[in-house]
Amino acid sequence: MLGLERRDLTILIAVAVITLFAPIILNPFPTGSALAQFNAGYPDLMQRFVIFGIFAIGFNILFGLTGYLSFGHAAFLGIGSYSAVWMFKLLSMNVIPAILLSIVMAGLFALVIGFVSLRRSGIYFSILTLAFAQMSYNLAYSVLTPVTNGETGLQITLSDPRILDGESSGLPVTSLFGAEMRDTTTLFVGPWSWDFSVGYYFCAALMLVAFYISVRIFRSPFGMMLRAVKSNQQRMNYTGLNSRPYTLAAFVISGMYAGLAGGLLAAMDPLAGADRMQWTASGEVVLMTILGGAGTLIGPVLGAGFIKYFENIFSKINDGILHQWFAFMPDGLENFVVAVIHPFIGKGWHLTLGIMFMLVVIFLPGGLVEGASRVGRVFRRRDRKADHVESDAARQRAAAE
Amino acid sequence: MTRQTFSRRGVLKSGAATGAGLALPTIFTASSAAAFTNAPTGSSVTLGFNVPQTGAYADEGADELRAFELAVEHLNGGGDGGMLQTFSSQALDGTGILGKKVEFVTGDTQTKSDAARASAQSMIQKDGAIMISGGSSSGVAVAVQGLCQEAGVIFMAGLTHSNDTTGKDRKANGFRHFFNAYMSAAALAPVLQNLYGTDRRAYHLTADYTWGWTQEESIAAATEAMGWQTAEKVRTPLGAGDFSSYIAPVLNSGADVLVLNHYGGDMVNSLTQAVQFGLRERQANGKDFQIVVPLYSELMARGAGQAIKGIPGSQNWDWKLEDAGTKAFVKSFGEKYGFPPSQAAHTCYVQTLLYADAVTRAGDFNPCAVVEALEGYEFDGLGNGPTLYRAEDHQCFKDVVVVKGAENPQDEFHLVEIVEVTPTEQVTYAHDHPMFAGGSLGECNPGA
Amino acid sequence: MDAILIQILNGLDKGSAYALIALGLTLIFGTLGVVNFAHGALFMIGAFCAVTLQKLLTLSVTTIDPERTDFLGNPLKVQTPYVENWFGPEVGGTIVDWAVPLAILLAIPVMLLVGFVMERGLIKHFYKRPHADQILVTFGLAIVLQEIVKYFYGANPIPTPAPDAFRGSLDIGVWLGFDPYAIIYPYWRLVYFFFAGVIIAAVFAFLQFTTFGMVVRAGMADRETVGLLGIDIDRRFTLMFGLAAVVAGLAGVMYTPILSPNYHMGMDFLVLSFVVVVVGGMGSLPGAVLAGFLLGILQSFASMNEVKSLLPGIDQIIIYLVAIVILLTRPRGLMGRRGVMEE
Repeated sequence: MLGLERRDLTILIAVAVITLFAPIILNPFPTGSALAQFNAGYPDLMQRFVIFGIFAIGFNILFGLTGYLSFGHAAFLGIGSYSAVWMFKLLSMNVIPAILLSIVMAGLFALVIGFVSLRRSGIYFSILTLAFAQMSYNLAYSVLTPVTNGETGLQITLSDPRILDGESSGLPVTSLFGAEMRDTTTLFVGPWSWDFSVGYYFCAALMLVAFYISVRIFRSPFGMMLRAVKSNQQRMNYTGLNSRPYTLAAFVISGMYAGLAGGLLAAMDPLAGADRMQWTASGEVVLMTILGGAGTLIGPVLGAGFIKYFENIFSKINDGILHQWFAFMPDGLENFVVAVIHPFIGKGWHLTLGIMFMLVVIFLPGGLVEGASRVGRVFRRRDRKADHVESDAARQRAAAE
Repeated sequence: MTRQTFSRRGVLKSGAATGAGLALPTIFTASSAAAFTNAPTGSSVTLGFNVPQTGAYADEGADELRAFELAVEHLNGGGDGGMLQTFSSQALDGTGILGKKVEFVTGDTQTKSDAARASAQSMIQKDGAIMISGGSSSGVAVAVQGLCQEAGVIFMAGLTHSNDTTGKDRKANGFRHFFNAYMSAAALAPVLQNLYGTDRRAYHLTADYTWGWTQEESIAAATEAMGWQTAEKVRTPLGAGDFSSYIAPVLNSGADVLVLNHYGGDMVNSLTQAVQFGLRERQANGKDFQIVVPLYSELMARGAGQAIKGIPGSQNWDWKLEDAGTKAFVKSFGEKYGFPPSQAAHTCYVQTLLYADAVTRAGDFNPCAVVEALEGYEFDGLGNGPTLYRAEDHQCFKDVVVVKGAENPQDEFHLVEIVEVTPTEQVTYAHDHPMFAGGSLGECNPGA
Repeated sequence: MDAILIQILNGLDKGSAYALIALGLTLIFGTLGVVNFAHGALFMIGAFCAVTLQKLLTLSVTTIDPERTDFLGNPLKVQTPYVENWFGPEVGGTIVDWAVPLAILLAIPVMLLVGFVMERGLIKHFYKRPHADQILVTFGLAIVLQEIVKYFYGANPIPTPAPDAFRGSLDIGVWLGFDPYAIIYPYWRLVYFFFAGVIIAAVFAFLQFTTFGMVVRAGMADRETVGLLGIDIDRRFTLMFGLAAVVAGLAGVMYTPILSPNYHMGMDFLVLSFVVVVVGGMGSLPGAVLAGFLLGILQSFASMNEVKSLLPGIDQIIIYLVAIVILLTRPRGLMGRRGVMEE
């Protein structure tokens, strides 16, 4: 079905089901309970999960398949955001033209940057992409302020022309033919509450499309060719094949994925800041991909969710909340436990994240996907044949060097 | 089964209660539950404090957080009450806000507009915050202010000094207590004239982004008005680290004053390096060479150490002021934490009190009622003398403190000393002043 | 003319810092084949050695001065450093004043130890892993290290002044026949420049003229053969890692008077130092030094008003622009070898 093998179809359906029920799955704790702090099922974070999932899926097409490690992909994310906000400012608050423009613009930039950068390989390629991205960031922050609004970030204002839309009182909101992106329906079941947001489902649908395309690319002859680039480019050249067009195509595709993610970020929240293009943002997508499992289909999405969860949930836990959790303990013990945990939460969330990176890389070279398959193996000892579609790639990669 | 609304959380608690009783999906309609975003329904109200906890401004953020905790303690009737006693409006009585206990959630802005918005968004969507406050840069303030306007909650800005926050980017739901670049310039100019005369040539080194530009513009305009000339305006990249290649040409340029439009780490480095180059021991045009840092902060003064001796600048507030409000605040802050508060802490503390007071006077948490209560509001006893929250741009007008680096500080808390307190009239400007033009507040937005 | 000379001088100084960091990075890469993203963190730890020593030297006895009051109106607690009590204010004050140069003595053993522990405890297990894994694990380590420093020292920059003897600046222009003040250069920057020169020379001499250095150079060229000859290359590589950490640490110690140290200074230098290493050519020590100075000087030139008015914003991007041009015209950087890091 859909031109997919059975195994891939299973994965796709699993992803679809999970994204469909994410508002429920991500809110496992009743509202108001002490553990509600760990709930991630609010619209803004769920949107970020899928948007950065798209970003990482795209990055994986380049890095996971060809092995070219780009350190400048955030530039395309930023370009996508700026294009989308300009579309909101000039044309219409409808998200379709904005997203189309952001994909096209990111694709164009990727074509130029990729054409130049792909003349080199290995770390020289990484530094070239890094240089381009840092240049975009520095210029967007300062000299290009008329276009990017610099430090403050590009926002929509009342005085924007928006030629397709009529006059509106108050700041207009982004919408899909009338369905407002921020529109949310809340369902109460017992003590639980689940938010179903239009914006989230819009992003989720696009992520499924993006995921489907990525599966098709992975399984296509084109994907095969890209893998060949990774395993031995020299041999490929000797056989008379020019690998450059293939890698450039992969670079442009992954740039367009980044542009789509950037456009969606702006569509959910019409603001584009230069920070999105900084090298740390490029590093973040590298981390997401490797953490989840580079070269696997589902890994990058997992990695993106993992990092965004840390950023948004762990950074918000403060001492007051800790004291609430451990209030059942005797005072002395309570204070001791809080003091021990204190460096790792709130302002220390970077520390926890750093430790997690190290642990995952040291013990799970294939990323979270390998971790999951190891757990799976423990439970399914007998069923050797059916398992590890995903972990194959992870293991191959671990053994690659 | 479902409810259509643009905001969620406020109704959740009541919804949850009913839902629990029936253990079945419950029908709720938005209009019957709430007229505005995150309307508090239980016995408590949640405020969101969004401060930098990682990155270069983490210490400043930590100090803001201390002030917020203190403010919440005082609002709930704990501690010694701090400025509640000296505040001219005696509406607050230590029983929370409108009888509801004040609770708060915290988040990390990372000093990035993106991360700050994500953090504020989660406070609004997940934790049901009805007011967002804090922050340590203008970029973040403008971004979060925009978000609060769209979401329909009140934004009480923390430390933000750019003219734009209440100028071209002003919003109806946003309020700024902190002063701005124009006020710094207006307060500094007369002091500079007294110190260095009217015949000077100034060389500007400016952080190359919006805040730096507005400050450069303001200072240049104010000093030129009193007869100074501007020799050169040079933009430096943010976080340049080594400023030597920008400082070295200064002496040879014919300028005799160096104005450093930098903040944070940039200010510490550029000032330290300028002093290292020996600029202050040199002479130019027959006068002693001078350095000016228009925006001061105690934390950065600490970072610059010896280099700040005798360098003039301006502050929103200083703990060494003599009025009753300042004394009460310094006492309760100092006793709780063991050191005096910074100006960032002060502005955050005051903003929280002002919000609580506005809600109490309005008798309503509705953002539009709060906006109405704050607009044109005159108050006193919060550390800066009589203050006006101007209705046209939601900017506070109050005295500005001009300071300079102390020659012989007795401890690390006395690194700066007060030179002069510039009265309000001198720093007031028209709300449509060209440096602030191009923005409009728009309508207040209650969300829902 | 004088303006150009000034910028060359400033560039040399910036270049020294770049060169020192890049040198250590290249040592680690060249010998161990590891891409070390925690190298900036080593630079930062070096800088905090200076901060720590300064704190240790100013450990104080507290006496109460009933005459004066603190900010709460209580009697003022006066802090007098122990060293001043022991050696008298004169000598004690001088010792505190010389904290930064003295910190070199502290930094050498500390950095060696940090280097050994890092190599034996972590890096060793990553020799055979892909570069991407090395990058990720050292990046994680860098975050952990800087967060630990932040936990103890806060996020604010900490002033670490140079000794009084090096305050002020030298009027080089007068010697060369320019007007007074045309070319001034702070004494401490001169010290830094010469210090960097000495360290770079020492590293090269060590590799060139000692048996140890010879073995290491042989190992860099062909690790397997050296191992087959029965030489314990691993132990020597551990020492090399320690040495690289010391070079980065010392660069950090001596840089503190120029740049007040804060916990994220390592990350700020990381990207730059990688650009420097790659422009120089991966694995080439002279290349790293050359590229460090080259980029430092070019950056200084780009900050000149005359250049900036011609090309606005050029000082923001010059480093990257140069990197792109060099990598496109010289595929392996200035002095890189074929086949290194190109897989």
